[in-house]
Amino acid sequence: MSVTSQAHPEYNYKVVRQFAIMTVVWGIIGMSVGVLLAAQLYWPALNFDIPYLTFSRLRPLHTNAVIFAFGGCALFATSYYIVQRTSQVRLFSDKLASFTFWGWQLVIVLAAITLPLGITGSKEYAELEWPIDILITLVWVAYIINFFGTIVLRKVAHIYVANWFLGAFMLTVAVLHIANSMVIPVSFTKSYSLYGGAVDAMIQWWYGHNAVGFFLTAGFLGMMYYFVPKQAGRPVYSYRLSVIHFWALVSLYIWAGPHHLHYTALPDWTQSLGMVMSVILFVPSWGGMINGIMTLSGAWHKLRNDPILRFLIVSLSFYGMSTFEGPMMAIKTVNALSHYTDWTIGHVHSGALGWVAMVSIGSIYHLIPILFNKPAMYSIKWVNIHFWLATIGVVLYIVAMWMSGVLQGLMWRAVNADGTLTYSFVESLEASMPFYFVRFVGGVFVVAGMILMAYNVYRTIKTPNDEFVTEPQAQAA
Amino acid sequence: MSTFWSIWISVISLGTIVGCYLLLRWCLQNNTGIEEGDDMHHSFDGIVELNNPLPRWWTIMFYMVIVWGFLYLLMYPGLGNFQGLLGWKSSNQDVRSLQESRDAVALAEEEAKNSLFGVGVEYDRELRFAEERFAPIFNEYAKQPIEELAKNSEALKIGQRLFAQNCSQCHGSDARGQRGFPNLTDNDWLYGGSPEKIKETLLLGRKGMMQAWLENFGEKGIEEVVAYTLSLSGRQVDATLKSAGEQRFVICSACHGADGKGNQMVGAPNLTDNIWLYGGSTDAVTETLKYGRFGVMPAFKDTLGEKKIHLVSAYVYSLSLEDE
Repeated sequence: MSVTSQAHPEYNYKVVRQFAIMTVVWGIIGMSVGVLLAAQLYWPALNFDIPYLTFSRLRPLHTNAVIFAFGGCALFATSYYIVQRTSQVRLFSDKLASFTFWGWQLVIVLAAITLPLGITGSKEYAELEWPIDILITLVWVAYIINFFGTIVLRKVAHIYVANWFLGAFMLTVAVLHIANSMVIPVSFTKSYSLYGGAVDAMIQWWYGHNAVGFFLTAGFLGMMYYFVPKQAGRPVYSYRLSVIHFWALVSLYIWAGPHHLHYTALPDWTQSLGMVMSVILFVPSWGGMINGIMTLSGAWHKLRNDPILRFLIVSLSFYGMSTFEGPMMAIKTVNALSHYTDWTIGHVHSGALGWVAMVSIGSIYHLIPILFNKPAMYSIKWVNIHFWLATIGVVLYIVAMWMSGVLQGLMWRAVNADGTLTYSFVESLEASMPFYFVRFVGGVFVVAGMILMAYNVYRTIKTPNDEFVTEPQAQAA
Repeated sequence: MSTFWSIWISVISLGTIVGCYLLLRWCLQNNTGIEEGDDMHHSFDGIVELNNPLPRWWTIMFYMVIVWGFLYLLMYPGLGNFQGLLGWKSSNQDVRSLQESRDAVALAEEEAKNSLFGVGVEYDRELRFAEERFAPIFNEYAKQPIEELAKNSEALKIGQRLFAQNCSQCHGSDARGQRGFPNLTDNDWLYGGSPEKIKETLLLGRKGMMQAWLENFGEKGIEEVVAYTLSLSGRQVDATLKSAGEQRFVICSACHGADGKGNQMVGAPNLTDNIWLYGGSTDAVTETLKYGRFGVMPAFKDTLGEKKIHLVSAYVYSLSLEDE
């Protein structure tokens, strides 16, 4: 089980290479927009009074870029790689693979053009207007055909657990995307939702939370189940834990959406069900974390000198933390404090930067040398620096948001002896400012790490094989 | 909700939880035919899986959340039409007007007394609690005239907090207003600045309407009236335009008065004091004249209630007292 297994001539690595490179590119762009937004919250003048640069238009660009461009490309790259390697067969169709790559890039470019122009369906994480939604659907169907086609052609008897998660992610995202994007178009760039009122809100958050549950969790768990045992060189801890992890996770996640709408016009019964399922979901989620981390049992020492493995294992710690925090926040009593505050933003980023980004970065570092037929990454030392930049950045970010979130929640509910609210909204905003600055600094750390990664990837690809230093530890700075 | 949907919801939600329980039971047994701790005899691209049992502490946690889930759905609404044993509701979910809401609050009080655990509607319970606790404070202040309260720092503090939460969104935290929303500190009043008038504005709201004049006056005519209007507050303008505008201003004087000093009866602004609600640039005044303006101050009688408005009125009144 060598880390640097040689390229198998049968496999389609071209599409994996394309998506892997674009993961890094979109990661830098999407996260940089995030840092700009963080800066705007601290220095509002940074929108320069240009409508295209206002927070309201760049915010959906940031979320779409990091989730669907960065996260999406990482998922495409790794799923195409995993399904070929674990099925021991080339992709079902090279043409479809190429179509998914160029189609997906077109979707991202269109998003980057339309969102700053203010063209939006105004549903969170589903802002793109209907013509782009149709393009997404076409690309996604091609993706599903290609993935399951490869599974059908596989040369091994069983289907590996990573592929269960990847398959569930693809199918569910297709259902969610189509159901939530049902609109009545009024022009080429404007449409209105088919649903109204509380039903529309519920469909949106059924989609929204499962964008988290299936896109950002199930998909990346598929990644985890391949790259963690591969990079650690250890067997997966428990097959039976994988089984219960998979089935319980996919059947519970689909219910969790209503916890985004606690204490709203959503009927009580829907809120209760959303909360109960969210809390139960905590346990299978931790089952996955245990399975990943325990895979390292007997090989803990590898963490000492393998920063790629460190990325993967720390991502699992953040996964465990966010999947504990999430169910707690889904409890109505806690939600009454946390809802609408920065705590939510902190929670999302401990999942997005801590879990999703770190597991993707670790996997891409694992992949790049294999895909480009190199002995290793150009500099393991830089990978290590990236690891610390990312970790410090994420910790600064989420701690700042916890503090400002709890502070906001407490300030909003503080009441004077006469029953009036103690603080006006703007006072809570003023109190949040120091934390907004810390969040901005955290974001700069994360982006700095990504830029270092891009340079490391570039040097890895460009450096001839015989010039690689054999012992990465001994490398000069 | 029809019985069918109620049953449907109950079956699929309980089915999910029961399914998790059965899955847990099944995975606790070793059905793999392979000894525990051994590998699964299959390998994927070199990855092997072990047949380790589920961690015990984790299994116990799983049982606990499942039991808790059932208990919660027994106590609270969740399974379709079943309201839960506690009789708890977050709010009166079918109300569509303020009157319906008030009726529902009264009804909920009765229902809470009769329900099994006396929990009732959470929103109504909190309203009752607030009423019992805070109403005496506001009743006491309601007895004093606004002029008196405007000198009472405790009363002003309450008024200011209420203003910050209900009025500052338009008029600003410092009450200095913004384009389209009057400055409340400059002692320039559209509808009058006496305590009674301020309270009336707050209770019943105001609708300020400036008609659009482009059709009547034409582009040239608008230019003339703008020149005359600007001259009223001492601005330098073209003399020919001004005198032509003065002729046309007869129409405007119906609301703004022959001297342009406005009329608080209809909320027509004073045009001579160089205070501009929608901006005093030539462009802004031209736009106002061409297309008209429509400003709304909402009525707060039903939402804040008269006693709180009394205190907000005192606060707003006090702002221009300081000015004098």
